[in-house]
Amino acid sequence: MSTELLENLKKGDRLALSRILSQVESQSEAGSQALEALFPFTGKAHKVGITGAPGAGKSSLVNALAHQLRRQQDAPRVAIIAVDPTSPFTGGALLGDRVRMPDLQQDPGVFIRSMATRGALGGLAAATEAFSQVFDAAGYDIILIETVGAGQAEVDVVNLAHTTIVVDTPGTGDDIQSIKAGILEIADILVVNKADRPGAEQSVRYLQAMLEMGYSRSSTAGHHAPEASITETLRESTRPWVPPVLKTIAIESQGIEELLEAMQAHRCYLIESGNWQVKERQALQKAIQRAIAQNLINRWQEGLSPGLFEETLQAVVERKMSPESAAQYLLEASQGL
Amino acid sequence: MPEKKIRVLIAKPGLDGHDRGAKVIAHALRDDGMEVIYTGLRQTPQMIAEAALQEDVDVVGLSILSGAHNVLVPQVIQKLREVGKGNVFLFVGGIIPQTDIPGLLQAGVKKVYGPGTDTRKVCQDIRAAMAERQQA
Repeated sequence: MSTELLENLKKGDRLALSRILSQVESQSEAGSQALEALFPFTGKAHKVGITGAPGAGKSSLVNALAHQLRRQQDAPRVAIIAVDPTSPFTGGALLGDRVRMPDLQQDPGVFIRSMATRGALGGLAAATEAFSQVFDAAGYDIILIETVGAGQAEVDVVNLAHTTIVVDTPGTGDDIQSIKAGILEIADILVVNKADRPGAEQSVRYLQAMLEMGYSRSSTAGHHAPEASITETLRESTRPWVPPVLKTIAIESQGIEELLEAMQAHRCYLIESGNWQVKERQALQKAIQRAIAQNLINRWQEGLSPGLFEETLQAVVERKMSPESAAQYLLEASQGL
Repeated sequence: MPEKKIRVLIAKPGLDGHDRGAKVIAHALRDDGMEVIYTGLRQTPQMIAEAALQEDVDVVGLSILSGAHNVLVPQVIQKLREVGKGNVFLFVGGIIPQTDIPGLLQAGVKKVYGPGTDTRKVCQDIRAAMAERQQA
């Protein structure tokens, strides 16, 4: 690992940044050293997750959001991590999110990096969190993390992002869909995109009804006039955050200003309520636990005499042993632990 | 350690709107296990170079059916060099007259593929070039 790359990264060299991301993604020794060296400089960026079903308009929304952010005064530097699925059969991937981001490709204050899941479930790739750390250390103020097209249970992004935006479209389900557990629950902001399509109002009502059910017992925010601006309602830090339901038409940049306002309001809420630190702490706790689990598995594997796993597996296949007792046996048989 | 994935940028510079070929090749490379970043239509040389930089690709494939290859390709090469990505494996596909091929190769293009090329050939060429590079 060259310290030169790291120095260049801090100077804002985009080539160095790109190289380091690749090293991190391939889980190389150089990559871990880079993360080690960069970690002290992380913790400043606002990480925003964007998730939702395939075709809901996540990429277009990211494009519109980033474009709007860059037009502000003192425009923040924006990094975009766009995750698409790896084929389970060939290991290849087609990463097409850039197609929807034409407005950002000439802007030196925006860095878009596509990544394939490479077998990870949960809507992100294994290295997505590490990518966000690299961007954070490189001085990007806002990191937009676009998950793969998610169904109901790909909710990993909530552990990584400070603010999670869930994108829905008109006509994707009735009120039973919206009271199921899972993806809708993780939303800090709900967006009904393609709001010019029929059924948009109904979708908004379903989502709002769901939220009211979820919050009526714990929340005192119910008596607020619905037309009070998001920012005013949510600045009071003692109140729980009630996710706003917004309508957008991403490809026409409609509703983006309001979405941006909600994003910033959520950030203020997190900081003022102390939840920013809570989230940070939880995320870091998970990171440590993941590293321990990985480390233990590696040590267990290295300490196993060759062929033993296959032998034991065969015994399980022949129903001579249950998977649980096989696991117990293999754990005890390893010299690594 | 996981194997190093080959990352490929497939781009369409210029103004023609025929992206069938680009999509076919993107699909074929994906099925061969590569990670393909597809950027869509009407990319300027600057945009292509910038995408190659951000995505840290090993390979760039240009699809050109407009006849403007003699203008566009040298511009793309120039911009790639400017951003520090002059070392990518660059190939061009499309309607390229035989007489223009030597000039493109001399400018820095590694391979030129015409209509009807077997996509397996493209995959093989890329893999061979990447293997060679790793040994070097």
